[in-house]
Amino acid sequence: MAVQLDKALTREKIAKRAEREIESGYYVNLGIGIPTMVANFIQEQKEIVLQSENGLLGIGRSPYEDEVDPDLINAGKETVTAAPGASYCSSAESFAMIRGEHLDLAILGGMEVAENGDLANWMIPGKMIKGMGGAMDIVHGAKKIVIIMDHVNKHGAPKILKSCTLPLTGKGVVDRIITDRAVIDVTDEGLVLVEVAEGWTVDEIKESTESDLKVSESLLNTSY
Amino acid sequence: MKTIYTSFQEAVKRIEDYSTIMVGGFGLVGIPENLIKALVESEVKHLTVISNNCGVDDWGLGLLLKNKQIDKMIGSYVGENKEFERQVLEGELEVELTPQGTLAERIRAGGAGIPAFYTPAGVGTPIAEGKEVRSFDGKEYLLQTGLTADYSFVRAAKGDRYGNLIYNKTARNFNPMIATAGKVTIAEVEALVEPEEMNPDHIHTPGIYVQGLIEGIQEKRIERLTVRQEA
Repeated sequence: MAVQLDKALTREKIAKRAEREIESGYYVNLGIGIPTMVANFIQEQKEIVLQSENGLLGIGRSPYEDEVDPDLINAGKETVTAAPGASYCSSAESFAMIRGEHLDLAILGGMEVAENGDLANWMIPGKMIKGMGGAMDIVHGAKKIVIIMDHVNKHGAPKILKSCTLPLTGKGVVDRIITDRAVIDVTDEGLVLVEVAEGWTVDEIKESTESDLKVSESLLNTSY
Repeated sequence: MKTIYTSFQEAVKRIEDYSTIMVGGFGLVGIPENLIKALVESEVKHLTVISNNCGVDDWGLGLLLKNKQIDKMIGSYVGENKEFERQVLEGELEVELTPQGTLAERIRAGGAGIPAFYTPAGVGTPIAEGKEVRSFDGKEYLLQTGLTADYSFVRAAKGDRYGNLIYNKTARNFNPMIATAGKVTIAEVEALVEPEEMNPDHIHTPGIYVQGLIEGIQEKRIERLTVRQEA
């Protein structure tokens, strides 16, 4: 069994791997939480535009203290700046961009993903419902939907399942799953293991995944 | 040409119990701070409030909530507010959660005279319960209805006496659609300026949608101050 990395390092590892999904020229929406962290690792040579669903196309870096503008936040309600080339729009236009599939990529967090691409990431029955925010729109709104999450939950149980047990955010919407252990694609033939993270074996990935996993012919071992 | 109010109490005076009110803003950004405070003072009750969020415990729509003036809330994310949770669990408050993009479009549709539309958001999820699902080109969509309100409260950076409004940065958010969807729309503006100072090419909300304006000083509280340290 691989050595368990601490939480912060695990998150960083997932975020860094997720960054590789972003190609120069992409318009990208990053969800709240670990997905937001992906922005910290974007390689300088890549020219990309980050979309924030509250009406900012072109999220910039965090402001210095004297640059803080309370009217300028991201969807996680953090103060931000606007990047060169940025534009502002209304929430309706922002979601028109999303719904109209003008974004190349969205990277979101997940609680459960099923082998048919179903995603659950917004509510746990019996716990207080906070709301789905923009997640239900965004899962239908990018050419590629990548979910980043821990491979198993805090009890060690799989989060990649035959079918989701939690209420769905979207049906058949996920294209790729990136965890601390593996990269898995959702295909018409089921889930395909395409990359294994450093310290893990194919068997260990299969054991910690409830769904059946096909192993890609071009599997990359120790890829991140 | 439009009513220019000089007091916030006056601006909200006509609002009656059981009214539906839309309020602009995303989180605490772009909320009409003083109109909300005046609603709290007015003690008007049994409101249905349509807004993306419901403020925090001690600011924004959270103030109305604390004063138990809201019967029903339609929004997309209400997780920043403990009092909200308490009132829902006690059965004092009804919530209708709507995906954020669907909410924005329902308000836009309402203001644009469109009674309903199909959207992919929410197909196969709990919010699809009881809603019509229809396929177009092999993909499923949900029927969602447009939203209108008795009153709309918006916040803009600048406005003129013709009701034209210009918003600032991400304080625009839901405000432009909400301005169109109220039978009576009142805009709280940071600066009421002469029409000559508003470039017609730069106006976000044309004055036809706005019935009243009032100038108000904003606190602009920040929910999550995130700064970069000097190198």
